[in-house]
Amino acid sequence: MRYATTWKRPPQIIKNRRLAVALQVGFAIWFIAALATLDLDWVRMTEGWSRAVRFAQGFLSPDFTSRWRDISRGLEESLTMTLTSTVVGVAISIPIGIGAARNIAPRAVHAVCRSIIAVSRAVQEIIIAIFFVAMFGFGPFAGFLTLTFATIGFIAKLLADDIEDLDEAQVEAVRATGAGWMQVINYAVQPQVMPRLIGLSVYRLDINFRESSVIGIVGAGGIGATLNTAIDRYEYDSAGAILLIIIVIVMIAEYGSSYLRKFLQ
Amino acid sequence: MTDVTDHLKGDRIWTWRTPRHRLLLWAGWLGLVALFVWCWGVMTKGTIWAFVCDAPAQAADIGGRMIPPSFGYLPELMGPLWDTLNMATLGTMLGVVMAVPVAFLAARNTSPSPRLLRPVAMFVIVASRSINALIWALLLVAILGPGLLAGIIAIALRSIGFIGKLLYEAIEETDPRQIEAVTATGAGPAQVLTYGIVPQVLPAFWGITVFRWDINIRESAILGLVGAGGLGLKLQASLNTLAWPQVTMILIVILGTVVVSEWISGTVRRALI
Repeated sequence: MRYATTWKRPPQIIKNRRLAVALQVGFAIWFIAALATLDLDWVRMTEGWSRAVRFAQGFLSPDFTSRWRDISRGLEESLTMTLTSTVVGVAISIPIGIGAARNIAPRAVHAVCRSIIAVSRAVQEIIIAIFFVAMFGFGPFAGFLTLTFATIGFIAKLLADDIEDLDEAQVEAVRATGAGWMQVINYAVQPQVMPRLIGLSVYRLDINFRESSVIGIVGAGGIGATLNTAIDRYEYDSAGAILLIIIVIVMIAEYGSSYLRKFLQ
Repeated sequence: MTDVTDHLKGDRIWTWRTPRHRLLLWAGWLGLVALFVWCWGVMTKGTIWAFVCDAPAQAADIGGRMIPPSFGYLPELMGPLWDTLNMATLGTMLGVVMAVPVAFLAARNTSPSPRLLRPVAMFVIVASRSINALIWALLLVAILGPGLLAGIIAIALRSIGFIGKLLYEAIEETDPRQIEAVTATGAGPAQVLTYGIVPQVLPAFWGITVFRWDINIRESAILGLVGAGGLGLKLQASLNTLAWPQVTMILIVILGTVVVSEWISGTVRRALI
């Protein structure tokens, strides 16, 4: 009988050796096939190098002043769009979220509300923005509608999941006092989910600002439109300034929202 | 026999909050409403309401043109679909390669210098997270020219922040006792990393990677809108030529891909946890 004299670390994730080998071989084949379809254009890339250097310079010495009017208008649109869409989106998603919770809504209402949520979550913001721009014309109003629509899917789903997880004992206690459906929602459900709802709304405010910087690319207003214009004009110093502003605002929003959530809970 | 509420002297009624607290709450809500109204005014000052009123007619018009989807267009979409999947997967891989060192630099317990390198790593994470893949793609298409490579790098740059943040949190939550046990055997720093920390964060790492891959599939489907290849390029072309039945078909393909990738990622993550 021979014993192993050296220790070998056991496999971590996939225990079956054959499966592991097959996965590695399949991965290697796919990797080569994928790289083969890349179709790199070296001439274009070397031409682009000078632009990369200019962009890096623009980022290091951003130009806030010469396009300040455009930038401030874009920012104004983005920030107002963010706030209004979050408020309206949360207001609409509360009834939908309540309707989508299986434990307090009838089966038919539950199915309808869950499908609204599924549609809103499945489609990317930018595609919704394309359609809203086609329907409502260019500008921040289309962006506002896009962000509102996206907010509904996000808040309503998390709110519904939260309501489904709530403490049934409190609901039963309130119901035992003879409370109607509305009173059960108001006195048993609302106090339990309110802190989380506020937290989620603040978090969504943060997400909406980030998204508002993107949907401008397809014409829905905001700082993204300004950024797109700056890059199209090859004004990399203005583009660098806009990107820095976005990064700073997102950082403020992130720290602010985590502070606010701690304060409110 | 005396009433139990005698000592409360009648007019004191129990309330949940103090009057001061209630006033503050009221002021807060009032402030929010005022802010909302003001923002609404600023936002809609350039809105042309005739277009907004016209929207239902426009929606009906576009909806009418979009149905039925042009199924004959489907074979032409297979190439871009393959490109989209490759872009997402290669981008995720490149992102992981860059995110792992950043995560180890950002985690308090593994960072070689918490004063100097940790803030740098944190800045990389925040900067990557705050700029959407579409904006990265916009920049990279201007630099590298249109094509898959710009999309791959855009996806990778956006993924650094996401993977880096979740991974460094996982590293900080590792059990110090296991690390101490490995250190006690006389292991060097590299051995502590491979035998003490890596096995603990490996399931989290795969979970995060698959989760990000799923998100990247969604993002890479639309990166073509700014010229980075894949399904988005076809979408842009169809939108520009107002070929609405083709747009519907592309949206169906994107939706199908997203649903399948979400299912795969959900299954893998459930198997890991």
